[in-house]
Amino acid sequence: MAVALVLVLIVVGSVLFHFLSPWWWTPIASNWDYIDNTIIITFWITGVVFAAVVLFMAYCVFRFRHREGNQAAYEPENRRLESWLTVVTAVGVTALLVPGLFVWSRFVNVPSDATEVEVVGQQWQWSFRLPGKDGKLGTSDTRDVNAENPLGVIAADANGQDDVVVEAADLHLPVGKPVKMLLRSIDVLHDFYVPEFRAKMDMIPGSVTYFWFTPTKTGTFQVLCAELCGQGHPMMHGVVMVDTQEDYLAWLGQQQTFAQLSAPQQMGSAE
Amino acid sequence: MVDITPADAVPPAEVAEMELYHPHSWWTKYVFSQDAKVIAIQYSATATAIGMVALVLSWLMRLQLGFPGTFDFITPEAYYQFITMHGMIMVIYLLTALFLGGFGNYLIPLMVGARDMVFPYVNMLSYWIYLLAVLVLVSSFFAPGGPTGAGWTLYPPQAIMTGTPGGQDWGIILMLVSLILFIIGFTMGGLNYVVTVLQGRTRGMTLMRLPLTVWGIFTATVMALLAFPALFVACVMMLLDRALGTSFFMPAIVEMGEQLQHGGGSPILFQHLFWFFGHPEVYIVALPAFGIVSDLISTHARKNIFGYRMMVWAIVGIGALSFVVWAHHMYVSGMHPYFGFFFATTTLIIAVPTAIKVYNWVLTLWRGDIHLTIPMLFALAFIVTFVNGGLTGLFLGNVVVDVPLSDTMFVVAHFHMVMGVAPIIVIFGAIYHWYPKVTGRMLNETLGRFHFWVTFLGAYLIFFPMHYLGLMGVPRRYNELTDMTVMTESAHHLNSFISIMAFIVGFAQIVFLFNLIWSIRHGREAGGNPWRATTLEWQTAETPPGHGNFGKDLPIVYRWAYDYSVPGAKEDFIPQNVPGSFGPSREPA
Repeated sequence: MAVALVLVLIVVGSVLFHFLSPWWWTPIASNWDYIDNTIIITFWITGVVFAAVVLFMAYCVFRFRHREGNQAAYEPENRRLESWLTVVTAVGVTALLVPGLFVWSRFVNVPSDATEVEVVGQQWQWSFRLPGKDGKLGTSDTRDVNAENPLGVIAADANGQDDVVVEAADLHLPVGKPVKMLLRSIDVLHDFYVPEFRAKMDMIPGSVTYFWFTPTKTGTFQVLCAELCGQGHPMMHGVVMVDTQEDYLAWLGQQQTFAQLSAPQQMGSAE
Repeated sequence: MVDITPADAVPPAEVAEMELYHPHSWWTKYVFSQDAKVIAIQYSATATAIGMVALVLSWLMRLQLGFPGTFDFITPEAYYQFITMHGMIMVIYLLTALFLGGFGNYLIPLMVGARDMVFPYVNMLSYWIYLLAVLVLVSSFFAPGGPTGAGWTLYPPQAIMTGTPGGQDWGIILMLVSLILFIIGFTMGGLNYVVTVLQGRTRGMTLMRLPLTVWGIFTATVMALLAFPALFVACVMMLLDRALGTSFFMPAIVEMGEQLQHGGGSPILFQHLFWFFGHPEVYIVALPAFGIVSDLISTHARKNIFGYRMMVWAIVGIGALSFVVWAHHMYVSGMHPYFGFFFATTTLIIAVPTAIKVYNWVLTLWRGDIHLTIPMLFALAFIVTFVNGGLTGLFLGNVVVDVPLSDTMFVVAHFHMVMGVAPIIVIFGAIYHWYPKVTGRMLNETLGRFHFWVTFLGAYLIFFPMHYLGLMGVPRRYNELTDMTVMTESAHHLNSFISIMAFIVGFAQIVFLFNLIWSIRHGREAGGNPWRATTLEWQTAETPPGHGNFGKDLPIVYRWAYDYSVPGAKEDFIPQNVPGSFGPSREPA
């Protein structure tokens, strides 16, 4: 009796916790509400299965608990029932997988009008690079990293000269414009993660990885590192500010390009 | 449709009995023993001892997460060392060793009707190399710089760099050496388990008459023999990168403003090797648990396991499929995004045979005669926690849903529920079930029920709410959750609650250990077959079984392992070695 009751209480308690507890995702600030919807579908399907299995168990424990003189049934197999359950499960799994893969194909195919923004991770800070007037990012190489060239931009590449370099400071993005985040690291694995954007991706030294999103709300968002990167990992915070177009352009106007930063020392010393 | 075959069909012996090694002294009987039962106890005791270290480490982490800033000695370095060692110990040195080295050694020969493992000497070596691996692991706590803090996945490059505790000290080297030793030791034991199941079965014990416990351990062992080499290779290469400065996993790197002498290596290659081992590893732990829990449910519900053949094929199918799903641990690793389509599909397909197993467990309860013994309670708790943890796997396996949840506390909650709590609950159930055979005495019932309720409800209260922290976006592997916009005040309170529950659940394990020791002398006498079970280990002449397991003659098997409540039979169980027909047998052929 007590056992059956506890099993029922586990189901009831879990469902109540799900709906009533204050712990839920942060309000979304990107176009990835597709992902949130897929999570909701998954919660419903898995929640129903969990409740059904545990409640069925509770019923069995109550109904078929041992009493004097009881005898269990003898039924090794039931092909029909087993086939039915297999088919129903396969249908449920398909109902999860199909929307999931559909959204994934949106996630990995970047729209052609997305602006490229480079994020560079290093222990334990974030830097950024935006294309200049030519709209192209110059190439980079970890071997070119030094104190004057913290992101390892290849100086010989003309495309890189007008790139805007934001070293260890906040990133600004214009609201409503799709961005392709190009992710790079110069030391260990990191992961650029803003909970409100829902997207994240690891950064690997020696490779360029990416994800894309469209910021849909202005505001200040915290960047977290989501891949263990040494003992400073939990302190590796950053800031993304999503601005209106005017605010964004005002900020962009104050930034320095790679050419300005790498020019002879006396020109930059006024700052 | 069920084939009808005579229950007493027994083929002639194919292989003559071999003479066993007989110990000559106390040392060869109890220490350097070649008896699988002694080796099983050695494996189990060692695994439990190192498991207690992992339990204390989890307390230390929960102190930091639940009460941040209170305990100065838990520095960031120490915190990362705690999580790394906790994870590695639990997965490899406790769960793998206990299920295969402990339960495998004790149960395989007894359940298949063999006198011992096929290669007893190699079996003994297996244990001593395992012990050496554990000692090397423990020594890293005392080495300069302490143990590695690279996370249990040991991802390079950080695992061998200065920013990670133990990265440029001894920690990572000792960890890699210990793993290499473990794999060598395991391979010796593993070959034994496989050959014994295939070659050492007694007359009449066909493969389709094996108890599911043996099927689970057997399949898990085959998988481990195929999966561990990938980890072995990864460990050797990383050891070379760290010790000799090679660049298998190390690309060009600037560390704190300084160019390192590495180039051309691939960090992501390590991840593929690691998870090619790491995902099957989940099932290496899960399949023995699946097998054992099937037998617990059947015995204590006095009913044959429902759909035995389907259960066998599900075990084999899950084992095979688990080799083509590894990269679902790497959806956000930066691997080619199109891999996501393939690995999400294979991962969700594996849910089908897994679900079949769950259905068959609950359908075994249906119309049973359920005795709510402690093993049965743990079996029920296993179904609850396994279903819960398995279903959250459908979130993480479905590639796009994994994107926001990956690397958050949701993952921590998921894998603890599904491969921490669920298999360990089966281990507990199994210990309450087989302890009478091992010692001849029952475990104390009152302490056992206390242990069950605190462990089951406590663990659920720890890990169920934890999923929601991950849903909020709280990352895993953070020792500091301050200055974070996603962490609300109430989320901090939830963390404190989880920590308090962790201490309570941990305390219940100390009660359990006390029960294990106390009952050896003071437990109620069990007799040979206290649960009235059908399988061969309960039919031995002596309890505990002596050297050679079965007295003068090996048992002959006439029926499958699940003849419970056969209509027309006098008792509600017919042991496998009882001949004779009780009406037309409905044993699946």
